[in-house]
Amino acid sequence: MYTSKINIKIRDTILDPQGKAVEHSLKSLGFNSVTDTRIGKYIELKIDTLSEEDAKKITEETCRKLLANPVMEDYEFVVSKDGEGK
Amino acid sequence: MDHVKAGIVVFPGSNCDHDVYNVFKNTLKADTKFLWHKDTSIGDRNIVILPGGFSYGDYLRCGAIAKFSPLMNEVIKFAGNGGVVIGICNGFQVLCETGLLPGALLRNVNLKFVCKTVTLKVENNKSIFTGEYDIKEEIRIPVAHGEGNYFCDENTLTDLISNNQIIFTYKDNPNGSIANIAGIQSVKRNVLGLMPHPERASEQLLGNTDGYRFFKSVTESLL
Repeated sequence: MYTSKINIKIRDTILDPQGKAVEHSLKSLGFNSVTDTRIGKYIELKIDTLSEEDAKKITEETCRKLLANPVMEDYEFVVSKDGEGK
Repeated sequence: MDHVKAGIVVFPGSNCDHDVYNVFKNTLKADTKFLWHKDTSIGDRNIVILPGGFSYGDYLRCGAIAKFSPLMNEVIKFAGNGGVVIGICNGFQVLCETGLLPGALLRNVNLKFVCKTVTLKVENNKSIFTGEYDIKEEIRIPVAHGEGNYFCDENTLTDLISNNQIIFTYKDNPNGSIANIAGIQSVKRNVLGLMPHPERASEQLLGNTDGYRFFKSVTESLL
């Protein structure tokens, strides 16, 4: 079993109004060193397959076909084997 | 309007389906049926409308889940064969997600849900959707959306302009939409998506009939 941890966010070239609103709030709280805020979503998949390569391929396909919209979003993911690193 | 066989697609979460049904059935006196998202055929329908609402709760992205419903496969085939398809509001979002129209609809730039009547400009009255309007005519149509900020890359925008695909623009942009775009048609000119709701402005009783000519244009084009 593998776990895919996927991050999806609006492309850097596109204005993220939600991120901007949060950034303004952070500034008003005194976090003046914060220069940019972008909000995305996090998706976790459990994938029952035999190899990490296969899990990556499946994750890539889920992102391309459904999880992300390539017109406006970028995605990145990390795949790990369950039970490892504990 | 015996020649019109309208199919109104109903997804779980559609909420403007009955408004559109009412316009086709009672105002245009057309043969009108609902099409359930799990249907596997659009039958004898010669125009398909994807209504507004929150299909599948707007989960993941607006319109993203709806594109995988069994009926949408048929709608894509229907459109591919030149069938007339209209997407209103959430329907426009579904059309962009399926790729029947280019681009995507982002969160409104001011993060607010806008619900008001706006002024639109008819940018192209040679389309099958706008024959009843004058070119550059200003019409008043309600909008009600949180994700109506039309976005596409520069090349796509250049194509939209050079192919006369931009049908409606906002006079005062309420959502940050690129080039003030409110509605576009496909390259083959048989598919149209728009954020405003002409079905909410098609009867005297509602105090506004500017939307009626939109439906009249497209139904007469089916003759």
